[in-house]
Amino acid sequence: MISAAREDVLERIRSALGPEREVVEIPRDYVVASSMDRDAQVERFAERAAEYRATVWRCAIDDIQQAVAAALAEHGARRLVAPDDLPAAWRPEGIEWLDDGARTLSPEELDASDGVVTGCALAIADTGTIVLDAGRYQGRRALTLLPDLHVCVVRSAQVVGTVPEAIRKLGEAVRTGTRPVTFISGPSATSDIELNRVEGVHGPRRLEIVLASR
Amino acid sequence: MKGFPQAAREALADSQQRRNVGHATRTIRAKRAAVVGEVPDWEALRAAGEAIKRSAMARLDELLVQLEASVQAAGGTVHWARDGAEANRIVASIVKAHGADEVVKVKSMATDEIELNEALAAEGITAHETDLAELIVQLGDDEQSHILVPAIHRNRAEIRELFRRTLQDTEDLTDEPAELAEAARRHLRRHFLAARVGISGANFAVADTGTICVVESEGNGRMCTTLPDVLVTVMGIEKVLPTFEDLEVMLQLLPRSSTGERMNPYTSLWTGTTDGDGPREFHLVLLDGGRTDVLADPTGRAALHCIRCSACLNVCPVYERTGGHAYESVYPGPIGAILTPQLHGLREGRTLPWASSLCGACYEACPVKIDIPSILVHLRGRVVRDAAERGGLRERLSGERLTMEALARVFASRRRYEAAQKAGRAGQWPLARSGRIEHAPGPLHAWTAFRDLRPMPRQAFRDWWRTRGS
Repeated sequence: MISAAREDVLERIRSALGPEREVVEIPRDYVVASSMDRDAQVERFAERAAEYRATVWRCAIDDIQQAVAAALAEHGARRLVAPDDLPAAWRPEGIEWLDDGARTLSPEELDASDGVVTGCALAIADTGTIVLDAGRYQGRRALTLLPDLHVCVVRSAQVVGTVPEAIRKLGEAVRTGTRPVTFISGPSATSDIELNRVEGVHGPRRLEIVLASR
Repeated sequence: MKGFPQAAREALADSQQRRNVGHATRTIRAKRAAVVGEVPDWEALRAAGEAIKRSAMARLDELLVQLEASVQAAGGTVHWARDGAEANRIVASIVKAHGADEVVKVKSMATDEIELNEALAAEGITAHETDLAELIVQLGDDEQSHILVPAIHRNRAEIRELFRRTLQDTEDLTDEPAELAEAARRHLRRHFLAARVGISGANFAVADTGTICVVESEGNGRMCTTLPDVLVTVMGIEKVLPTFEDLEVMLQLLPRSSTGERMNPYTSLWTGTTDGDGPREFHLVLLDGGRTDVLADPTGRAALHCIRCSACLNVCPVYERTGGHAYESVYPGPIGAILTPQLHGLREGRTLPWASSLCGACYEACPVKIDIPSILVHLRGRVVRDAAERGGLRERLSGERLTMEALARVFASRRRYEAAQKAGRAGQWPLARSGRIEHAPGPLHAWTAFRDLRPMPRQAFRDWWRTRGS
């Protein structure tokens, strides 16, 4: 039955298109590589992420721990989820850590936590977006979804200028490991009621970005 | 079905809805203009987007077979459905095979089109819509009126009343949007945590990697595609893109055209299944549902390029006044006017190709450059010819038809054309007052009911050309 549907649909397509198929050249003369220098890209990322009402904490690469501590203190967060490979050097003292990895946290445990701390795969300056690909320091997707607060550490070297630069880097994660990829631009939001943007419907209502530069 | 003229008349009488829709479309138009204006290569992106979709349609059979192989290689299962009923049966059987009687669903035009929720309900399965606007529509037993913001026709006071009536613990609810969203968050979270099957649509599906892409704002899409054990994605076959790199174009065009944001809050990309992360089972249902009929019309097939951004709705002077319900279709606005009649083989939405002033604003706003006005004109011709073929004697002898046939004869021959000009000049003088014809005779009075005609000049261009000397 199912394969009959497959053959029917393919046959309908072939007869709809006929024997003379159009050959289409795709003009790719849009901007791929950003013309800005690295510092300007990092500035633009910080600016645009903040415009989405994410809070951006700037710090030196050696001060990530203090910046994470400050971001958590802002929300009085004490019980934090983390992927179990999150570096010890990023973890502030005095926090109860719920590590996910070797032991899998249940959705209820994630839901009941105060927040989550992760790294990211890369960040996009033009759109103020952070991108997770389930790689190092990021854990699985549910970790950054159920907790109400997401603290994400971005190292300035991870910032790319444009969307095409980001997609070209991510192609490898998708092609080799079939890893899931999530683009995050500000906290969860809706504009469904009279087009008023409201932060936080189902995802984290607060997004804190720790942006660490050399 | 009332047809657009009657439905539009009724919609125009609802002044509250007109205010809501007018406010909403003006707001999104301004946001879109600002974020499109800051992209220096916007026209290059549009050209690339158009070519990517056109190339995908020209190779649709090959790409779907490639997509199927990629998804299977990544651990997913692919199903093919000739029509909505077949797709609904496939989804229901997957849900039942897992012993579930509830599913969580993220907003999807394709599943609205095939009325999946109703089909599941008939099998004893409850589908919970999780998009805030879809929840508002579902709780109110209402119809959606916009592709992007389906509850655009409801204001906050109406939504508060609805939530108070239908959700628990909402006695103290105010009409603050943040509070209303919080009520929806509490209501839906327990469904997300309990659901075993999630259902989604797809914005894009990449043939060479098998990656599915869902673009959203609220996080309900991430919930539905991440938390349940089983994920079923229903997508129209036209959503396929050739390569992963094509996303670099689409993910710039779609959010800026749609919500007027540089990037929407969440974009999820997944490829089959991943051990220890997300659903253990992934099913992809490829839906034809009339799309191959659209593909068979070389002029009309560009309607399949649509990426469902809804920019054409927001710029349309007709949509802005009537709202979405007047289109009596899942797809309203200019794109609905070309998609709906084609998807249903001209059996539905026959009046929609006329629901336009052909001003062309939709074409300019379209991120993949669909020439909607030309397709509207083309479909008007198809509907008229179809009516003549199917209709009886009355259809063939209609006044408009006979007039057009007579005009076609006149315009086809120089001799007849010039004779008609001469007759017209002689006959018009009793009608032309102060250089205008305000009341034309016979069936032509419908034209002059709303506008004046200019009389024919004393000397036509042809006469002047002959006498101009050499």
